[in-house]
Amino acid sequence: MTTDTGHIPPGMRWERDDASRVPFMTYTDEALYREELERFFYRGHWCYIGLEAEIPQVGDFKRTAVGERSVIMVRSAPDTIHVIENVCAHRGMRFCRERHGNRKELVCPYHQWSYTLEGDLQGVPFRRGVRQDGKVNGGMPADFKTEDHGLTRLNVARRGGVVFASFDHSVESFEDYLGPDVLAHFDRVFSGRELEILGYNRQRIPGNWKLMQENIKDPYHPGLLHTWFVTFGLWRADNKSQLVTDVHNRHGSMISTRGTGDGSGAGAQVTQVSSFKQSMQLHDPRFLDIVPEPWWGGPTAAMTTIFPSVVMQQQVNSLSTRHIQPVGHGAFDFVWTHFGFKDDTPEMRERRLRQANLFGPAGFVSADDGEVIEFSQEGFESKPTHRALVELGGRTADAHTDHMVTETLIRGMYRYWREVMQS
Amino acid sequence: MSALTFEEYLGIQQLYADYARAVDSADWDRWVDLFVDDCIYRIQPRENHERGFPLATLSFDSKGMLRDRAYGISETLFHDPYYQRHVVSAPLINKTADGRYACEANYAVFRTKLSQLTTVFNVGRTLDEIVTTPEGLRFKSRLVIYDSEMIPNSLIYPI
Repeated sequence: MTTDTGHIPPGMRWERDDASRVPFMTYTDEALYREELERFFYRGHWCYIGLEAEIPQVGDFKRTAVGERSVIMVRSAPDTIHVIENVCAHRGMRFCRERHGNRKELVCPYHQWSYTLEGDLQGVPFRRGVRQDGKVNGGMPADFKTEDHGLTRLNVARRGGVVFASFDHSVESFEDYLGPDVLAHFDRVFSGRELEILGYNRQRIPGNWKLMQENIKDPYHPGLLHTWFVTFGLWRADNKSQLVTDVHNRHGSMISTRGTGDGSGAGAQVTQVSSFKQSMQLHDPRFLDIVPEPWWGGPTAAMTTIFPSVVMQQQVNSLSTRHIQPVGHGAFDFVWTHFGFKDDTPEMRERRLRQANLFGPAGFVSADDGEVIEFSQEGFESKPTHRALVELGGRTADAHTDHMVTETLIRGMYRYWREVMQS
Repeated sequence: MSALTFEEYLGIQQLYADYARAVDSADWDRWVDLFVDDCIYRIQPRENHERGFPLATLSFDSKGMLRDRAYGISETLFHDPYYQRHVVSAPLINKTADGRYACEANYAVFRTKLSQLTTVFNVGRTLDEIVTTPEGLRFKSRLVIYDSEMIPNSLIYPI
């Protein structure tokens, strides 16, 4: 379109003006991926960092990633959280190696440059040189100022105990970034009630990072791929559903409320899926010991994608954030942080942990998501000039939808992708 | 409580070998059989274990849950077929009462996908509580604590 599209690989072609046919090259081209990092992860967008409950004490830190850049979330005062890039201002070393801990200051071991927990440079060894035999040897130039050489500090947004950051200090507010409708679903889980960290799961999925965004913008697959859901009556065609997105179609929420059957197997007529087994019962039904919570306000599941870096999960009593950390065009690390609320009863805590068996890299209804992403990437790599079809429910990106028989959220994301990448 | 005898040592080694054969030959019924009814089976990242976080990658606390996993593997979980192969170290054994043992052993699991090279899939140690039953030695509790920082995509079969 303009001369600024040199990063679009030659031969990449959208078959239509809309976003209903996605070229495989969007997943396979390394230069294009580098440009995505710049335009989506490092500019103009908010990226997920973590939960405040991960660093409860002053001096606590957590190392994580924004795109491929290493960053440190640190609590520098009881109510102050900074996010700092893990690159020493001196020679660029990624100096913080522990993934979590507690520090009074940040020090790069290479030449002992030390920084405050806010990222300000405190001092550098031999700044004034070394006096020997009556003369001063070396030292930094007279005009060297520590205040010019702090660590890169990111813009930080905190809401309901969740921390986001952006390298871009001119990015819009986090609230405007989500838009009112998606924000309402964010606030439903993160209402300010104190969170408790239950633990982590980490997996590396050999597929393009966008495929995970698509996975949680795709309500077409759960009842078909995740046979387990259907077999045990958790996914039913009489579930009430709603899809919500923002004005840019970046983010999406898939919200569903379980059908009113008993969920244990009665009512095969409502599933309409061949894998439903009327007689099939769990040997231990505690996997699905679902207890509705007042804050749900109806929906039994709400899956929210916040573009580009995170998925927020509420599936019945199981809660997690799922952080997308791209590693080259063909892989991403997927980090799950499961949490509950500090005032959960011991029974509710146990229930959340037991239902966590459904999710994560071994989960009954999540392990297969990683598998299909890997095999999709294999298909793309072998014929990058081909394209994927995203036409269920039409070819446009719709504002709101009251059913699940549509791929509108995926089309919306690619509508936005084209807008940003082709500008 | 008597000292550990050679027969007991051999019995525990046999249980370990039996377990490895069951999970490496996809004999999920045998895998379930090697636990008592009221059992614990957990696969947990070392990070969670050491930091006191309760979350596990898989966390089962009854034989019924193990049966449900076996069903999931063979009937509901879509996954790339693969072979796995365990190499297990000699266990450290602590006899805690007559017929009861607390054991620890290192393991490495290799994964071979069809038409692909063999890779190291998962590495760690097991912390076990073994009891004597009329059917022989069985796991009362098996905690699989893995060093591996990343699951290479997914973990389908038990370790």
